[in-house]
Amino acid sequence: MKRRAFVRSAARVAAAIGLGGVLAGLVRKATSGGTVWQIDPWKCTQCGRCATACVLEQSAVKCVHSFDLCGYCRLCTGYFEPQPNALNTAAENQLCPTGAIFRTFVEDPYYEYTINEPLCVGCAKCVKGCTMFGNGSLHLQIRHDVCVHCNDCAIARACPADAIHRVPADQPYQFKRSRETA
Amino acid sequence: MNWLLAIQRFPPPEFTETGHQLPGFAVPMPRGPWLDHLDAAVLVVALALAAWFALRHRSRRGLVALGIFSVLYFGFWRKGCICSIGSIQNIAQGLADSSFGVPATVLVFGLVPLAFALLFGRVFCSSVCPHGALQDLMLLKPVRVPVWLEHGLRMIPHMYLGLAMIFAATGGGYIICQYDPFVTIFRFSGTVLMVSCGIGLLVLGIFVGRPYCRFICPYGALLGLVSTVSKWRVRITPDTCTQCRLCEQSCPFNAINSSTIEAPSRTVRADKWRLAAMIVLLPVLVGGFGWLGGTTGKSLMRNHRTVKLAGRVYLEETGKAPGTTGSSAVFRASGTPVERLYADARVVSDRFVLAGRLCGVWIALVIGGKLIALSIRRKHHDYEADRARCVACARCFQSCPQELQRLGLPVPEGAPLVPPP
Repeated sequence: MKRRAFVRSAARVAAAIGLGGVLAGLVRKATSGGTVWQIDPWKCTQCGRCATACVLEQSAVKCVHSFDLCGYCRLCTGYFEPQPNALNTAAENQLCPTGAIFRTFVEDPYYEYTINEPLCVGCAKCVKGCTMFGNGSLHLQIRHDVCVHCNDCAIARACPADAIHRVPADQPYQFKRSRETA
Repeated sequence: MNWLLAIQRFPPPEFTETGHQLPGFAVPMPRGPWLDHLDAAVLVVALALAAWFALRHRSRRGLVALGIFSVLYFGFWRKGCICSIGSIQNIAQGLADSSFGVPATVLVFGLVPLAFALLFGRVFCSSVCPHGALQDLMLLKPVRVPVWLEHGLRMIPHMYLGLAMIFAATGGGYIICQYDPFVTIFRFSGTVLMVSCGIGLLVLGIFVGRPYCRFICPYGALLGLVSTVSKWRVRITPDTCTQCRLCEQSCPFNAINSSTIEAPSRTVRADKWRLAAMIVLLPVLVGGFGWLGGTTGKSLMRNHRTVKLAGRVYLEETGKAPGTTGSSAVFRASGTPVERLYADARVVSDRFVLAGRLCGVWIALVIGGKLIALSIRRKHHDYEADRARCVACARCFQSCPQELQRLGLPVPEGAPLVPPP
């Protein structure tokens, strides 16, 4: 019995040293704040999986609009279907499947496009249109008031472009910015 | 740079007529870091309470109350992330990848329950882990699992632990989180597969005590290993065991080791031979499974994104395949040299073979270790909670007449009692 107790305490000390070693190895590069998931808009290929891969019923990925990049085009390729019947807000002309983009007149010939985030499902249809033919001011971001911060992000796993990665929680967004404001 | 091009397409307007100001947009921030620190503090306090309830106060009621709190707080309120079970993957990746920083909260969640296990046994499982607490609350009609099945199934968590660590360390993703059955219940959403697994395990858990903890949970396996050398442990009896056998059936998790006083003694000679055979078998198993793992890794790597892409690009470069696919078009648009892709693919395939071999070796060690452990016959005088298997749920306490006497409750007729010292 004495021998068994001795072996046990020796193993306990060894395990404690092991735990301490792991802690020492990691504590130096540990961050006091946590990390969150975010999309790198420059890597995003607008594949549309963000809308469906999220563990939430409504994806935490939303379209955001960098107004300082926007050309305020009358024919917005993020807003309108290819070859729209007319350049107005009728539903059949809109690219967005949920009608989450508002189009408002500013001055001739400029229109402003705003996202109604509760309606946005993160399908990236508008992002694709804007990036391919426009300035690319519409882009996807993970919204942290919706995101539940899974340890293993299901969208990151599904992303074909590896565009989703961990960022420090105190700088949780990677907005597209024009060179002047960046 | 796509965006420089993009800006040249339509320069942003000046709005000279109306002087229109660009609208801002909401930037909802994630929860503050102090909330993460609060989670860590709650975890430590809950662990201390669980240890006190299980070892000192000996209160099943306290553990149940703490368990309900943990399910509500760590489960439904915090939505299951970060949890200790998953955090060991971050730690493994942090150890393997020097550029991967692990947040302090994740370190606390991963390491503090292990430190507690080193001192008090698996008190984390009893009522702090939301997964364990949820299953513990579900157990209404316990059915005993046959011992042979118990031994067999108990090897799965150890294998799972090794695979998850190797996957996380070699960049294969976090499989523990990916296949977590209960997080879907805490969030009320998830894939059909995982939701049905979660509900299935909960229903199974009405009859079979804690099926996830015993037969799947990799963190439980780790805690079990650490608990075998814990400083203090859960004791069925508060003072002396009289071998009355009243506690024998009280554990729904097969975690009570019977006294070996009355056990039929097999010949020691046969036992020794078996032990020797198992020890000789171990290197054979390690070699065989290591080889098998390497081969499996080789065939699995073909599904990896980079390897697939490199294969496709190679076919295109050599003119064996016409045109491009979606991913090869993206690759070509990025302007990365082909040699870089080939080099990346080589790194990935080497990693797969290494990971496969390591997984094989680990599985062999688990099987061999189990066989050796089964061949060693431990003698013990009293009925005791097994150090590795006991999850400190405190169900057995009130089956002990000594405990009933201590609490001043009626003691069953004819139970042998030792007067309190």
